Amino acid sequence: MELIDYDSQIPNNVALASDERLKRALEQWHPGYLNWWNQMGPNGFADSEVYLRTATGVDPKGWAQFQYVKMPEYRWGIFLAPGDPERRIGFGEHIGEPVWQEVPGEYRAMLRRLLVVQGDTEPASVEQQRHLGATAPSLYDLRNLFQVNVEEGRHLWAMVYLLQRYFGRDGREEAEALLHRRSGDEDRPRMLGAFNEDTPDWLSFFMFTFFTDRDGKYQLEALAQSGFDPLARTTRFMLTEEAHHMFVGESGIGRVIDATLATMKAAGIEDPYDVDRIRTLGVIDLPTLQRYLNFHFSVSLDLFGAEGSSNAANAFASGLKGRFNEHKITDDHRLVGATYPVLRLQGGAIVARDEPALTVLNARLRDDYANDCANGVKRWNKAIEKSGIQFQLTLPHLGFHRRVGEFQSQPIDPAGNVVTDRTFDQVTVSHLPNATDRAFINSLMQPVYEPGNYARWIAAPKVAIDNKPGDFEFVRLHA
Amino acid sequence: MIDLRTNPDRYHHWTLKLGDQSAELILDVDEHETIGTGYQLKMNSYDLGVDIELADALERLRLSYPQITTVLVRSGKDRVFCAGANIGMLAGATHQHKVNFCKFTNETRLFMEGAPAHFIAVVEGTAAGGGYELALSCDTIVLVDDGSASVSLPEVALLAVLPGTGGLTRLTDKRHLRRDRADYFCTLEEGISGQRALNWQLVDHLVPRSGLDRLLDELVTSRKRTDPPPGPGITLNDIDRELTDDTIRYGHLQADIDRNNGVVAIEILGPTELPASSAELLAQGDASWLIATARELNDLLCHLRFNEATVGTLLIKSRGDLALAQRYCELLLQWSGEWIVDEGLALWQRTLARLDLTSRSIMSSIDGDSCFAGPLAELIFASDRSYFLDNGETGLVLNHLNFEAFPMMNGLSRLATRFWGHPEQLRALEPLINQPLDANAAQDKGLVTFTPDAYDWEDELRLALDGRNAFSPDALTAMEANLRFAGPESMATKIFGRLSAWQNWVFNRPNAVGPEGALQRYGTGLTTNFQRERI
Repeated sequence: MELIDYDSQIPNNVALASDERLKRALEQWHPGYLNWWNQMGPNGFADSEVYLRTATGVDPKGWAQFQYVKMPEYRWGIFLAPGDPERRIGFGEHIGEPVWQEVPGEYRAMLRRLLVVQGDTEPASVEQQRHLGATAPSLYDLRNLFQVNVEEGRHLWAMVYLLQRYFGRDGREEAEALLHRRSGDEDRPRMLGAFNEDTPDWLSFFMFTFFTDRDGKYQLEALAQSGFDPLARTTRFMLTEEAHHMFVGESGIGRVIDATLATMKAAGIEDPYDVDRIRTLGVIDLPTLQRYLNFHFSVSLDLFGAEGSSNAANAFASGLKGRFNEHKITDDHRLVGATYPVLRLQGGAIVARDEPALTVLNARLRDDYANDCANGVKRWNKAIEKSGIQFQLTLPHLGFHRRVGEFQSQPIDPAGNVVTDRTFDQVTVSHLPNATDRAFINSLMQPVYEPGNYARWIAAPKVAIDNKPGDFEFVRLHA
Repeated sequence: MIDLRTNPDRYHHWTLKLGDQSAELILDVDEHETIGTGYQLKMNSYDLGVDIELADALERLRLSYPQITTVLVRSGKDRVFCAGANIGMLAGATHQHKVNFCKFTNETRLFMEGAPAHFIAVVEGTAAGGGYELALSCDTIVLVDDGSASVSLPEVALLAVLPGTGGLTRLTDKRHLRRDRADYFCTLEEGISGQRALNWQLVDHLVPRSGLDRLLDELVTSRKRTDPPPGPGITLNDIDRELTDDTIRYGHLQADIDRNNGVVAIEILGPTELPASSAELLAQGDASWLIATARELNDLLCHLRFNEATVGTLLIKSRGDLALAQRYCELLLQWSGEWIVDEGLALWQRTLARLDLTSRSIMSSIDGDSCFAGPLAELIFASDRSYFLDNGETGLVLNHLNFEAFPMMNGLSRLATRFWGHPEQLRALEPLINQPLDANAAQDKGLVTFTPDAYDWEDELRLALDGRNAFSPDALTAMEANLRFAGPESMATKIFGRLSAWQNWVFNRPNAVGPEGALQRYGTGLTTNFQRERI
């Protein structure tokens, strides 16, 4: 097991102590980071002791050590997955060549841009979620939120390490700029749209971790294939942490559904559209859940960018960013002459059209992502089906409510019909959370801080974290 | 066929939003609404269709909304100002279309710079390539300081071509960027943002997003005029024209194409009546001879450029009452300073400039039915060669307008350019002002090339046109372009004479347009295979 050196100021497994230039850069950046965390991290919980998972090694055994930690004292640092000296580039024009340990000069700008965009999303979600602690439905959920937050913080470290170690002065400037942008800030917004949206309530948080963090998983997995080995190793380790975030989302929504179903059953309500009565009982009706799902799925799809992308094509051809599970795909990994079917608008209808595979890598990654999302939805639907209540959650069509790419601002309904005589806003508005929905959800957001207690709108987890019972004190609030 | 006529009700990509003394030109490109096939206009990138609308909007701002003193040029898209000319379009276009497209965009940018209103580019996202060149054509560039808005000219790095819509020239000649910094900037894929963009004079103002509205308010307010604004403007109605296989008929001119010889004979009608006052001229609006004829000629030139590539020679004639035409020009001179008259002449100036830049041989023919006065006389001086029938009749008259109203791209009148290096010959023309000239007098003063008599006339013209058609069109284009602009250089002549000429060469080289060249491979993920020899 490759251990992480926790004795130095910045825990790492990259022999930081012997790299004076990098050490100086990171140590200069460190206070700025803490300053950012104190300004933008979880609001009001700096003194609480949180039962957090910390990595002590990058192997499966070492990455999950639980203990009480005050968040500002969390041991962020730089952890790379174990390297393989025999590793070779797995795709693109350099396929078969040994992976790069230094940045190839001609790809410097492209690689830096990839890192900056990825890096920018990490602190963004912490910023988006900083007020959620005040309305946590349980200490268990509060702890999960904080776990997600500190790990996003560490993912920022991961990108900053790469920028500072491999990109000279430009890299240091970019690392600094990552601390200066702010989610939703008019003057210094985060780079991608979804990371400037509010995460105003816990339902949105669960949707975010299920849908938006899953985009992160797909982007990171594609980067984990990189021929630039330090990037591949960094992102591979990030992915182990990211998996937990998606667990928080999927189980969170699952528990919301469980609470709704159980409450409906107990009150003898069979009709899922009997919204007023369901809401009176203090649980979230399924149609509202569907509207939240519609919103978060569609804005997360936008993160994949336009279907056709020269940047994505170049990044693949250069060997910098592969496809999801590139190493498991059985084609030539070069894609010259290959095609991939992409949904396009054609004569008022949506049709699948074969296009050069290299240029539509974004569409392919997005499709992989959408399938993964569909599997999660299937699991939720199983629970609904079992309850006997006639309702199924569905993912809206890829063209619904899009702001980026082929379908941007097109009046496409969730079923994928192009509604020609109506505007984008008219089509989307009835399928997205409305002001009444948001007001209702907001009214449910009352903190529950007693160990073992859960807000009425969410069920207790079947299994809590680290084999602890549900009434474990996951967060010591006034330590 | 490419139709250059449009109006704001039909725009797909631009919105012209009018305020009291300020306007906004908002670029929100409809990706799917392309003038060609096989590409999408992502990232607010443009093709000819987008630029036709911009050119139309610029004309309307001058003629229909002269009260506008400030125009904000901004994007309707989030985080993108404009990504420049669409690469898919360039990769798929014929060489001829590429060059014509570039020329038209360059003309449009220069017309923007020549407009009386103050243009402010509001860059709230990435302005890349032609997108930054659009901003460079504005009088003022405002860049939002949000860490991601940037300006760049990545053509060399990404596409193996030049920032050809004036980008290189405007950096050095307009914004006075040092050449070493320009070199660095133009090899930088991702461009420059924030304080450095301001320090290097790539932009004029750097502003946080929250301060943008206030800054724009200040900039607009400082340009408000307190004296009565010019106007009211006139309505620009759609230009009527009738196309058949070989003719194009407008209200004031007609073109007949002789496809065998690659000649289009353009006959322009002179004015038939005199406006009683400038107010009447204004009331005539776009129906006045001054404005209608210029618009029609402009439309014809663009039509020929884009749709009639093999018609290599323009043979220009005029028909009408020479004395009346001369009187018309006298009135224009008398009323100069009146808004509508100045704008009408400026419209002619732009149209004549477009003729100078048209890569066709220009021949003109003068006889007793001709009325080459004022702007029409400029057609003679714009010609590569002119023929005046020597039968004692008059057809040409000089007017003060010819000395001052229609500067070429080099900043000089066509007469001054014609007699470059011979100021005495220019001065010798002064006594001739307002005197109707016959072939002899015109020849004597160097105003025309040849003066065949009635016996030789038809043969001489035929030989000239036939002979022209036998030469290499490329050689002719290059020769004419070089001969037309004698004398000093201006930013505009550099843009067309050097930058565009180099670009046209680059557009023929395999490194840009070969099967493994950058334009073909851009966006495909395949890397470019450069031929390594330096030429």
